[in-house]
Amino acid sequence: MTAPHPTPSHTVGPFYGCALPFPGGGDLAPPGHPDTITVHGYVYDGAGEPVPDALIELWQAGPDGAPARVPGSLRRDPMTGGFLGRNGVDFTGFGRIATDPDGHWTARTLPPGGPGAPYISVCVHARGLLRHLFTRVYFPGNTEANAADPLLASLDPARRETLVATAGPRPGSYRFDIRLQGDEETVFLEFT
Amino acid sequence: MASARPPISTRSGVTTQADIDRELAAARAEYEAARAEGAPAAHHPPRDFPPYRSSALRHPRQPLVAVQGDPETVELSAPVFGVTDVTDTDGDLTAQHPGEPLGERITVSGRLLDRRGRPVRGQLIEVWQANAAGRYAHLRDRHPAPLDPNFTGVGRVLTGDDGSYTLTTIKPGAYPWRNHENAWRPAHIHFSVFGAAFTQRLVTQMYFPGDPLFRYDPILQSVTDEAARQRLVAAYDPALSRPEWSLGYRWDIVLDGPSATWHEEDHG
Repeated sequence: MTAPHPTPSHTVGPFYGCALPFPGGGDLAPPGHPDTITVHGYVYDGAGEPVPDALIELWQAGPDGAPARVPGSLRRDPMTGGFLGRNGVDFTGFGRIATDPDGHWTARTLPPGGPGAPYISVCVHARGLLRHLFTRVYFPGNTEANAADPLLASLDPARRETLVATAGPRPGSYRFDIRLQGDEETVFLEFT
Repeated sequence: MASARPPISTRSGVTTQADIDRELAAARAEYEAARAEGAPAAHHPPRDFPPYRSSALRHPRQPLVAVQGDPETVELSAPVFGVTDVTDTDGDLTAQHPGEPLGERITVSGRLLDRRGRPVRGQLIEVWQANAAGRYAHLRDRHPAPLDPNFTGVGRVLTGDDGSYTLTTIKPGAYPWRNHENAWRPAHIHFSVFGAAFTQRLVTQMYFPGDPLFRYDPILQSVTDEAARQRLVAAYDPALSRPEWSLGYRWDIVLDGPSATWHEEDHG
């Protein structure tokens, strides 16, 4: 048979809020895990204005470098159909956070492991985006691994900076802003 | 070389449907000219589509950076969703409240496939939609159409072993939006779909056949390729209709992008 053509992408629109975000969507790390890190930042448009209706999805390996391959990111209550919350034990590697009215998002997660330079994969949805955007969060402490990373190495230094989080004032806190357009536009990825 | 886009004309500072119609016609003509010159078919909308005003400040101007498919990278795996993430009633949007929602009850069914036509099994499909009057159960939706106390408009299902899914809901209504003066969106259901790889992620919208609003809508018309646009429109299927109960629509979804199992392909 001939290969089917893909279904076209369309914008998530402004009213996904009743369907996609879920309580604790940014809390990937099991509660109380001693290795928890905080990754947070703002989403900005081409005018430098915060984007209050973006939806950020995170996908990452666990500290051992392997994807978790366990369900339970958005567990539902079979009685009420409501959101039950994560089970507090498993790390599923998936997070989903709607930006707040200030364009800000926060995730509490576990540091991804190697092989290679560890990163968190990011998918950005928003009103106005006819196709979602992929990017990656790399971490500033991994100097050697980042230098050897094929993607980072392929970018000129100014653009490369957009993919590396900035260490915050507290240990384990990282800032990662996403600029959809403009002078410091984030590097966005396509997979071929 | 793409020609310059026509200037956005306005009447007293208001963009009218006629203005948008001219922009849409120009975009289609530009695409058809490129096709005639040998450009490949565009399966997806461009990120920058001026008739859809919200895309103006939200599309990257730098080219995307290609990451070669590599089975070792995390993006070629995907989040796992299972029976704990979906309840039995999530696929019936008419059964989530004590009473029946108002509107034309419909059954929407189809298959989730990858680019090779293989079923994508056990993956999460999430949907959301307006009610029969064209109003979302969302506080920021200010369209003064009635809310329906028996309809939230949210559902989710996991695909079966053959990639199939089935939803029961009501047909959503058209509603106005503020892209331009007198802009009305055709009835549609939003779909969020996960594949076997994070790179297959898809958010899209399903439309209903024969809607007179199709040609005027900048979001649907952002898919400038006629055949691709048609793939967003479900087909009425009497075999899916349930006697004395619902009208049936068939809509298959095909995920783009490298799949997690690309290396298993027969290269012969």
